[in-house]
Amino acid sequence: MPPMAHKELKRKTEKINEGKDVNGDDGWFWIVHKGIGAAFISIAVFGFLVRLAVSVHPYSGAGTPPKYGDFEAQRHWMEITLHLPIKDWYTNTSSNDLSYWGLDYPPLTAYQSYFHGLFLRFFLPESVALFSSRGHESYFGKLLMRWTVLSSDALMFFPAVFYFVFVYHAGRKNSHKSEIAWHIAMILLNPCLILIDHGHFQYNCISLGLTVGAIASVLSNNDLTACFLFSLALNHKQMSAYFAPAFFSHLLGKCLRRPNPLLEVLKLGIVVLGTFSLIWWPYIDSKEAFLQVLSRLAPFERGIYEDYVANFWCTTSVLIKWKRLFTTPTLKLLSLAATISTCLPSMVQQIWDPSKQGFLYGLLNSAFSFYLFSFQVHEKSILLPLLPASLLAIEEPFLHNWMTLSALFSMFPLLVRDKLVLPYIALLALFSLLNHAAPIRSRGTTGTNSLRSFVTSFFLLCALILHAVYFTMPAPDRYPFLYEALIMLLCFAQFVSLAVYTNAKQWMLLKRPILVQKEKKLL
Amino acid sequence: MEEHSNQKLNLASKRHNPIPELWWFFAVAACVKLLLIPSYHSTDFEVHRHWLALTNSLPLSQWYFDETSPWTLDYPPFFAYFERFLSVFANIIDPQIVDLQKGLNYNSNTVVYFQRVTVIVSDLCLVYGVFRLSRNLDSLRRKSIWVLIIWSPMLVIVDHLHFQYNGFLLGVLLISLSYLEEGNDLMGGFVFAVLLCFKHLFAVAAPVFFVYLLRHYCWGGGFLRVFKRLSAMGAVVVAVFLAAYGPFVYYGQIQQVISRMFPFGRGLCHAYWAPNFWVFYIILDKGLAFLLRRLGFNIQAPAASFTGGLVGDSSPFAVLPRVTPFTTFIMVLVALSPCLIKAWRDPQPGKITRWVAYAYMCGFLFGWHVHEKASLHFVIPLAIVAVQSMDGARHYFLLSIGFSAIFESGVSVKKASLENKRDDQPELKTRTAAQKIGFSIGRVEKNYLVGIIVVEIWGRFLHPLVFGDKFPFIPLMFISIYCTIGIMYSWIWQLKWIVRCVGS
Repeated sequence: MPPMAHKELKRKTEKINEGKDVNGDDGWFWIVHKGIGAAFISIAVFGFLVRLAVSVHPYSGAGTPPKYGDFEAQRHWMEITLHLPIKDWYTNTSSNDLSYWGLDYPPLTAYQSYFHGLFLRFFLPESVALFSSRGHESYFGKLLMRWTVLSSDALMFFPAVFYFVFVYHAGRKNSHKSEIAWHIAMILLNPCLILIDHGHFQYNCISLGLTVGAIASVLSNNDLTACFLFSLALNHKQMSAYFAPAFFSHLLGKCLRRPNPLLEVLKLGIVVLGTFSLIWWPYIDSKEAFLQVLSRLAPFERGIYEDYVANFWCTTSVLIKWKRLFTTPTLKLLSLAATISTCLPSMVQQIWDPSKQGFLYGLLNSAFSFYLFSFQVHEKSILLPLLPASLLAIEEPFLHNWMTLSALFSMFPLLVRDKLVLPYIALLALFSLLNHAAPIRSRGTTGTNSLRSFVTSFFLLCALILHAVYFTMPAPDRYPFLYEALIMLLCFAQFVSLAVYTNAKQWMLLKRPILVQKEKKLL
Repeated sequence: MEEHSNQKLNLASKRHNPIPELWWFFAVAACVKLLLIPSYHSTDFEVHRHWLALTNSLPLSQWYFDETSPWTLDYPPFFAYFERFLSVFANIIDPQIVDLQKGLNYNSNTVVYFQRVTVIVSDLCLVYGVFRLSRNLDSLRRKSIWVLIIWSPMLVIVDHLHFQYNGFLLGVLLISLSYLEEGNDLMGGFVFAVLLCFKHLFAVAAPVFFVYLLRHYCWGGGFLRVFKRLSAMGAVVVAVFLAAYGPFVYYGQIQQVISRMFPFGRGLCHAYWAPNFWVFYIILDKGLAFLLRRLGFNIQAPAASFTGGLVGDSSPFAVLPRVTPFTTFIMVLVALSPCLIKAWRDPQPGKITRWVAYAYMCGFLFGWHVHEKASLHFVIPLAIVAVQSMDGARHYFLLSIGFSAIFESGVSVKKASLENKRDDQPELKTRTAAQKIGFSIGRVEKNYLVGIIVVEIWGRFLHPLVFGDKFPFIPLMFISIYCTIGIMYSWIWQLKWIVRCVGS
């Protein structure tokens, strides 16, 4: 070997040893040693690859006339927004049949559909032609639609996550590089989000991306930006309201601590109102138009629950027939009261003592109470509580792992219907592998707790058996949805226990500062 | 060097067991491969399905005579046995897969899943080869090799999209190389002989193996020792070949088998121009013909084309002399000769991987009817070389990106965009992975890579806009020429390296 190469080798080994000393050999060294930016890019590219691979699979309602599924709904919205005047988007007219996938998301979704419609029209005009494109299914059409989601994901969700990770770890004192890389991977490679957006077909990445951006803004004390971004998120999907109590209470608590609380609240309020009025501009000139849009956004006529969602109303309906016992208005009030009362503790905590960590727990808790108790919840809505859980992955690795698994499991019947079992298995395996490779410090240290390990292994065993039974044995004729009901029951039990745990955890945060102060005094 | 590796060995054994980590890398790759199951596959998919049916439903004596489908069996017998083995499971899962008539162009979910899964599982052979080659290295290098080979975007594209069993075959090659590097020459020779009976295209490196084994294993220490060792190696190789070809010799079909395996009726270049030396030759010919015509000579336009799969007897060249398989054979040997001389003078186990990679590169550059997929044969061993030195890494990087581009272009001709857009991605994945090894690429290389992006953009977006459907071959030609330049550059560099380092 020539001397040059030898020297190089020596230098390299030295470098490696150096790296070892600093990082320990924790399996993430090779990805982070060029810095967090490079690590983020490579993980993001990998995440993008996985999303691309998932989008090859079928979408919801593929080849099932007459109603198809969410894919057709989104395509139909593009068709409507492209061809009708903006005032008619939400009203039933001769060319806009609201019973066929009428637009029922807030205006920002409509605008987004319009822009994506322009994109589709440029390449394949017949896929968004008025009337004639209903139920349009073609290879190229699918490709274009998939790319609208992929591009929104890459343009909204990825940068927002980068912003969040940057802010979050700047605020933590001893974040390890490999921990940060793992955290990025956990947020970007969340199997549930990928399956719903790129498999089932939805645009959650936009509203969740806006929410993550808002959360990052709160963490970096840009409250006005946070209000702006969160208002956008609310205007993209009304489901973002799951997070509203947390944002409201945390920002209120923060304002109350400032010298001029009223002014602060006023500033935030103006930003929110300004954003809203900007987005609702075409509809706020007449009361009817405004109310018409609003009525589309709240589909109370669909009943308090549908299908088998692992929330309170649906699960208890096995014993109590809510729909028969009460009228819809009563149920509305009932669910509203239940939701508010369950997220009240976390709100009080945040108003009492707003903290960045408490804010993240608050997001999780309010999203949980909405998922469990609000009116008309979809199984896909579990994505909302899952988001703060994945943001908390470093602090609560066990919670995050557990929650992702049960959320994925709760969506299993839906994914079977969409023929997405293969990506379900692959992404579940990928998630478990990544989770298994967590840097040593982030591995659940309290795993020794025998009760917890017993309960978790019990749930895992049940889930495993249910999977096996689901595929091998048809459900009995008397109870055709027996397995769905069992899955719902199992997931509900897990979600409730997780929600109780996170609520308790948030309140325990109050004690911690005192402890820290004591420690400081001792030192 | 020897001491160094011993030290490393000790260090490695002190540290934790690398095998779970290796499984982790494999499993992550397998997840991505699983996701790719429903994506595009080429006609090679049907080729392999037909071979399953053929080996399952016909007696051995008819394997190389069957003409039920145009995709006749043209791999050596071990591969046929391998297909026979797989067909047992195929028969259990869905008998229609192995039905000679009803199975033709069978494309149901069961067959797609079954065949894709067999490729994923057979990649375990590659993992074992990588493990054997990298187990004595330090952690960082080991992981670099794993990332480069197990997550190789080229392999994912060729094996798991296009559909072939290259991962498995390259695994056998790596196992053979690992035995040679350890100094266990007899096993190395044995495994290489097995590999030749799986796919004869690997025979390009046979001269290197021959010279190296003769010199390193057999030579020296008196006549008796030479004779003993020579006969031992000979017996091993003959035994392997007998196991493969014996039955066909028994049926008296050896001629038929050989004629199936070496279809010299095909043209100089494959339908998708492999970026090798002959691209320059063809362009020179075209240029000369154009010039001479301008000067008033009467040059007839050639009747045959290079790109067509099958070429008749007429010469495809207008001006330059015709290239025959024999010419290409001599060219390959000449290109190999510096490496052979080195191997004869100073047979070092540490250099065998590089030599073998170089040999495949020569075969690729000067060979007859080279398929672009043959580039895998040298890019994967080069990954091993890459982690040994900075320069190696630089060239590996260059080559792998270059080839990803070629595959992609080759593939994109046949299919619309959802799949091939995806192909860009793994390319980036290695790119970022390569960055992590921590080398900086020089200015020439950087410019080269930027150039590739330009060529790609031209081919993908600008060309259709400017010319519409006209001249569809131009983007392909550009990519092919451009990659040839890169490969020639890298080849010259390797040649220099091999010639230069004599006895250190």
